[in-house]
Amino acid sequence: MKQAIALEVNGDTYEVLVSPNQTLLEVLREKLGLTGTKKGCDLGACGACTVLLDGAAYLSCLMLAVDAVGKKIVTIEGLSQGGELHPLQKSFVELGGLQCGFCTPGIIMTAKAVLDEEPQPTEESLKKKMAGNLCRCTGYKKVLDSIMGATARMGGER
Amino acid sequence: MGEVRRHKRHSEGALHIGASTPRADAYAKVTGAEKFAADYYSSDMVWAGVKRGAAPHGVIKGIFTDEACKAPGVIAVLTHRDIRGSNRQGVVRKDQPVLADKKVRHCGDAVALVLAEDRETLLRALDLIRLDLEALPGVFDVEEALKDGAPLVHEDNAGGNTLLEAHIQTGDGLTAFERCDEVIEGRFETPWQEHAYLETEVGWAQQQNDGKVVIVASTQTPFRDRAEVAEAIGLDLEQVRVIAPYTGGAFGGKDGITVQTLLALAALHSNGRPVKMWWEREESFIAGTKRHPTRLYYRLGAKGDGVLHALAARLYFDTGPYDHLGGVVMTLALEHAGGAYRIPHALLDAWCVYTNNPIGGAFRAFGVTQVTAAMEQMMDMLAARLDMDPLELRLKNALTRGEKTCVGVTLTGSTGLVECLERVERHPLRTERYAWKAAAGPFKRRGVGIAALMHAAGYGTVVPDYANAKIELTPEGKIRIYCGVVDMGQGNASANAQIAGSILNQNMDSMELVLPDTDRTLPSGSASASRCTYTFGNALIGAAEILKNRILQKAADLLMAPSTDDLTLAPGKVVNRATGAQIPLSRLGRLMAESERTAISHFRAPVAKDRLDVTDELRLHGLGHAVISYGAHLAAVEVDEITGAVEVVSYLSATDCGRALNPQIYEQQIHGGICQGLGFALFEDFRVEQGTVKSPDLATYIIPTAPDTPNMESLPVELHEPTGPFGLKGVGEIATNGPAPAVANALADACGIRMFRLPMTPERVLLALRGRETR
Repeated sequence: MKQAIALEVNGDTYEVLVSPNQTLLEVLREKLGLTGTKKGCDLGACGACTVLLDGAAYLSCLMLAVDAVGKKIVTIEGLSQGGELHPLQKSFVELGGLQCGFCTPGIIMTAKAVLDEEPQPTEESLKKKMAGNLCRCTGYKKVLDSIMGATARMGGER
Repeated sequence: MGEVRRHKRHSEGALHIGASTPRADAYAKVTGAEKFAADYYSSDMVWAGVKRGAAPHGVIKGIFTDEACKAPGVIAVLTHRDIRGSNRQGVVRKDQPVLADKKVRHCGDAVALVLAEDRETLLRALDLIRLDLEALPGVFDVEEALKDGAPLVHEDNAGGNTLLEAHIQTGDGLTAFERCDEVIEGRFETPWQEHAYLETEVGWAQQQNDGKVVIVASTQTPFRDRAEVAEAIGLDLEQVRVIAPYTGGAFGGKDGITVQTLLALAALHSNGRPVKMWWEREESFIAGTKRHPTRLYYRLGAKGDGVLHALAARLYFDTGPYDHLGGVVMTLALEHAGGAYRIPHALLDAWCVYTNNPIGGAFRAFGVTQVTAAMEQMMDMLAARLDMDPLELRLKNALTRGEKTCVGVTLTGSTGLVECLERVERHPLRTERYAWKAAAGPFKRRGVGIAALMHAAGYGTVVPDYANAKIELTPEGKIRIYCGVVDMGQGNASANAQIAGSILNQNMDSMELVLPDTDRTLPSGSASASRCTYTFGNALIGAAEILKNRILQKAADLLMAPSTDDLTLAPGKVVNRATGAQIPLSRLGRLMAESERTAISHFRAPVAKDRLDVTDELRLHGLGHAVISYGAHLAAVEVDEITGAVEVVSYLSATDCGRALNPQIYEQQIHGGICQGLGFALFEDFRVEQGTVKSPDLATYIIPTAPDTPNMESLPVELHEPTGPFGLKGVGEIATNGPAPAVANALADACGIRMFRLPMTPERVLLALRGRETR
């Protein structure tokens, strides 16, 4: 039943034995120990499990691990480079864009994909593009402020 | 498990009170490094899950587990017969079985517990368990439940389906209405509200070789959990250890037992292997607690000049089949039923009622959200009748320090309702409201509504609201705080670092946090009731001052200074200002014995001193609080006449929060509370039909998203609270109370319709706009 696949996550290649019905979320968390990617609903309704596949945001709870073969997967653990926080992460720390923090990895990954596509979004555009990520603590204001703060910090850099 | 949280990469400079210092937990949370209770896995982990009754009311005739037991990969299947303890849990009244024995009383009741090698096996085994239930008629309405002949949820309860009832009369009670010039009546209905934390109920447990069961759980109440678990499954208190990491959201839904007892029971049957349980979203919605739905009957009387004179209210709270915290929630609602107004005569009656609906429990603002939704609409209805400005009416009746609430509690602490109202009164959203309303586009109507708020903190007069703070100078020269109160996301752990860091003049890199752990930290009560930073912070100030003196004394001895007078703490060291001599904290830490470099301090919160004419039971349930926050909210809304959709365009709040120790965290709390309140007001429609949940997931139960959230402004009104740490009052809950009435009042201002039932969905608004009855 199980099959061996190779997943490229955060620049490393992992050989894992998975069932065909296992989601990417399950494999990331349970087999690769990358628990920064969160499970909030397992139904594609909350965005907590968002990761990047070839630069685009995907809900890892709705994706089978076998379908992620051959893609470049980036999780929250792979966002900072050499111990240096990504500008988005820095901005969330400084501007208080998190409280309990459970939705935060998914929110930051979505924001990364949004800013890569539209480096200087308007507040309205950003709000719409962040609509798939639920947060129950912040009321979104400081989340949005943090993302807007990061656009200035990134200055076009990705 | 139970690691120490260290904090790197923060900016230089000592911590101080009043600064928006980045949160201590932020770095680990933005990198995904923080380990929540959900984030533990190991190769030998056993998965545990629950078979639920799935019927609202029935007698258990049989539980057939043979097939499940025989399935490959199943380790154990347990029922109530496998429990050695009381098999009962509950915070006040122990009326909830861990595993149902005689009856199921709501659809979420747990009947059997399965342990399996993996999750797939677990799900298959749960399907193989068969239940023989003899259906009983259920009771699903609070007022029906109180009638003679209603089906009984607990046959042995002396009060029938009444869990707790309360009656308070002050002044002349009802007869005072005869002297009123205007009397307004209203009947309000508020729905369940689901906490919808992103992290559902989760934890893991393991029995050690010495027999002790260690539970790591997403919980607000590790110390109380320990006692509940031990009693329910028949262990000694010392055989249970509960560790509480940062939660992935809680809001009251983790104020008490969720997975803890089931996990401990499972750990007794897993041959020493770790056991994990993680409720699915649907399971969380069905089995978890909710904000109590209420039916509220209000009658408010005033003199012709707008001076309030009499209040009568009947409050019905649906607690579902178990107390959980229902009686306490109802009692806090009762205390706030008349708001922060001078009302000399009142008759208040309240019932907390058993039904076969989902379990009512703690939810941020704990009953006050419901009564404020009613009372603050009553105030606007009265203002309309009197043709007075709603804000002027509130100012005219607002309580000030030294006055009594309508239940007879004297306001002894800082009382800033008037200041909050005045801040809103001067704000452009208020002063320029007529022009803004007039600028509404075609098929749109605009309105502005306000609400005045009060919210008491702590446990009330009888149950001691205390904390025990412990702090240590480590041999490495770091300051380690043993946090007794859970940080469920509100940032109190960071506030602890800021408080101790400011007293000891250290920076964040020097601060270490030990999160609540029944073996390592000291009992300090629950993470609830707007008490976390107030109560624990006060205890921590005491402990930090003791440690400061010890450090300076030791430094004086080692530096051969005549006294501590010239010594001062600086980041990482003690400095002699007279001589310039220095000694690093790491050296002091090594030279001091453990007992010298550790300090503890206890604090117990003050309580209301009034001798209220109420039952001892009501006092036990919390009536009478001393520390109260206040607020004034304003909502500016635009209503779409075609769809009935209500858009909240701007939202303003002014909050009497005492001193804001960290303005960024203060704003986070207010924003979050407003957003949850807006969800309660507009979207969150938790549907239950005959005890069955019809909105079991985040696709059918709609919580606010980024585009739903207005521009929010949250002004702090920093009146000094003399009993608070550095003058602080708790603001974890108060903001949740404002949006429902402020938006309802804005809707009335925009369209002349009054919504007596929440949430104000487009469908209901549209029906109201067409003059039809809403349901």
